[in-house]
Amino acid sequence: MKRALKILALAAALLAPLGAYAVEPGEKLADPAQEARARAIATELRCLVCQNQSIDDSDAPLAKDLRMLLREQIRKGASDKEARDYIVARYGDFVLLRPPFKPETLLLWGAPLIALAGGVERGGAGEAAGVGG
Amino acid sequence: MIVETGHFALILAFALALAQAVIPFAGARLGDGALMRVARPTALMQFLLVALAYGALTYAHVVSDFSLVNVIENSHSSKPLIYKISGVWGNHEGSMLLWVLVLSLCGALIALFSSAMPAKLRADTLSVQGLLGAAFLLFILLTSNPFARVSPAPWQGRDLNPILQDPGLAIHPPLLYLGYVGFSIVFSFAAAALIGGRIDAAWARFARPWTLFAWISLTLGIAMGSYWAYYTLGWGGFWFWDPVENASLMPWIAGTALLHSAAVMEKREALKVWTIFLSILAFSLSLLGTFLVRSGVLTSVHAFASDPERGVFILAILVFFIGGALALFALRAGALPVGGLFAPISREGALVLNNLLLTTCCATVVIGTLYPLALEAITGEKISVGAPFFNTVLIPIALPLALLMPIGQMLAWKRGDLSAALARLRVAFVIGVAALAAFGALQGAPYLSVAAAAVAVYLVVGSLSDLVLRANARAAGPRAALARLLGLPLSVFGTAFAHAGMGLTLLGLAATGWGVENITTMRVGDYADVGPYKIVLEEMAARPGPNYSESYAVMAVRSNGQTVARIEPAKRFYPARKTARTEAGIVTLGLGQVYAALGEGHDDGSIDARIYYKPLVTLIWIGAMVMALGGAFSLADRRLRIGVARRAAAPALPQAAE
Repeated sequence: MKRALKILALAAALLAPLGAYAVEPGEKLADPAQEARARAIATELRCLVCQNQSIDDSDAPLAKDLRMLLREQIRKGASDKEARDYIVARYGDFVLLRPPFKPETLLLWGAPLIALAGGVERGGAGEAAGVGG
Repeated sequence: MIVETGHFALILAFALALAQAVIPFAGARLGDGALMRVARPTALMQFLLVALAYGALTYAHVVSDFSLVNVIENSHSSKPLIYKISGVWGNHEGSMLLWVLVLSLCGALIALFSSAMPAKLRADTLSVQGLLGAAFLLFILLTSNPFARVSPAPWQGRDLNPILQDPGLAIHPPLLYLGYVGFSIVFSFAAAALIGGRIDAAWARFARPWTLFAWISLTLGIAMGSYWAYYTLGWGGFWFWDPVENASLMPWIAGTALLHSAAVMEKREALKVWTIFLSILAFSLSLLGTFLVRSGVLTSVHAFASDPERGVFILAILVFFIGGALALFALRAGALPVGGLFAPISREGALVLNNLLLTTCCATVVIGTLYPLALEAITGEKISVGAPFFNTVLIPIALPLALLMPIGQMLAWKRGDLSAALARLRVAFVIGVAALAAFGALQGAPYLSVAAAAVAVYLVVGSLSDLVLRANARAAGPRAALARLLGLPLSVFGTAFAHAGMGLTLLGLAATGWGVENITTMRVGDYADVGPYKIVLEEMAARPGPNYSESYAVMAVRSNGQTVARIEPAKRFYPARKTARTEAGIVTLGLGQVYAALGEGHDDGSIDARIYYKPLVTLIWIGAMVMALGGAFSLADRRLRIGVARRAAAPALPQAAE
């Protein structure tokens, strides 16, 4: 009885839906160079149903679908850019964890420079009144 | 009955918090000592009442009182005791109650340890703290009552999310809250100082220990959370630039800048505007983080609330306090007298640069976190801002900052000598360049890792060489040097350790680029190579846990034919919630770790496994602990603890080169 329970528990745990997470062995491309490229691209693509996780990290089924889609493109001989564009064409800029440079993201990419300039102008100048000594 | 007592205590605490906000404030305006003295007992009593409420909720969780909605939704009678206790804050209502508990604790601490403060400053500080308490208590009472009952009560609860049933999660939130709610103390100090209009070195002397206390807690809390993510989520990721993580990082960066700025203000009466601004900023960012996490604006593992009513309420609190404090700042900051003068190349100058770079990092994280929300609200367009963005933007600021840290440490106050400072760091430079060559030859790509690791080694050596140089200065022989070393002020050790800790963390982060992974399907008896180790799958079996069943694998970690360790990665299934979680099998070897997680099992008895070798990875968290230790040294420094009275008696202490 105890043994049967154990086996049941083992089966339940092994077949639990969680199992599938991030890259699975079966997904990998045969060519290591292609696989490495796919991994690199995957770390910059967002798992759309997750919070800021890349499809490379995520265990969501959608992330797996995207990984397969990406690998299929790579296997067919697409360049990194072509493979990425293929995904973006289907899912929009939202899928890119590194937002593209465009007018709408100017303030975002410029944030450090703007902050630094603001800081120098305000904080720097404010204290510079004390500089002299 | 106990539960109702808790609820009533919470209402009473709200009333007291209002009294604490209004009466001492009025007293300070009227110059009435009796009214001002109301602040202390109300603050202490408010804390006791909130603690009573918190205790009542904990009691309900521990005895599995399923007539409480909060207990039904987050507990289960078979849950281990520790998770019954930690489950109290593993949900929206309970975590807000913990938030307010820490807030009222901060108020009580001010009330207890501020006898040396001027009466008005003390009254105003506690008044602001009371107002904060009142706002959040009202929030809990109106929108997030943890004491709501249900009838008829069900027989069983729905259990706590398994991912939260973890020792790490039992420690992480309280530490984190001590950290970012701890900044409320400095915020209240700053607001009170702006109201009273007196801001001087004595103010910084009161504010700095509390800043250190909050900063240490936050440092440890963030480290704990990131280690939890590392071992729980199954692939060894430890930081995802998730908005909820950023919520804790933003006040940490601001708090780090504040720590340095307050040191300048205390010693030299300079950088007042910066210090007050950063005091407001640190806690404002804590509030912003609370809003992001609690409002349901974001959805993630951490965010259990998704109620617009709550969101609007917190937003109102946020706007009132941040807006109010910044308005006060704008009104009063211009009139602040200019403090101690200094040349651009000096300790003060270096710390201004530090403030600039840290606030730039902080602003970048804030903008990166909020930008997608703002853009979507304005144009409807959805974009993602993730790890690649933050890495691209922050690394070019963080690495130069790391290069500058030891240099700043070597500069004298008022007027520094750059070439002398650089000369004092020559050992660190030489070792850094040697590290660059060594890492380049041994590890190679990615080159960013090589560069960052070399900077990290330089930073560790540079930070500690300050101690060695001071000990050796004018000392004859090793014994005299040791005596000098032990005689150095603790805050000098604090700086050295905190900076060296940052270096260790940076080294750990850099080394992630050299990690090795092996994703494979294994059967019992199979082996997999990962880095210098060979992993053998020896056994697969199942066993029951207290409230879950677990299947696990036993893997031997071999090096040169010898088994050096065994790890047991597992998968747990929690029947109450019908959910599963992975338990990674981890062993620390040297400073690196071998990390294994189980994937899907197949019908033929094989199982997917992800196995990693992560060199130097433990340094990420060891570094954080060393940073916290540095903070503790500074906190323990005698000069920080003595009151103003003593300082006034001996104003001419020579403090040339610290």
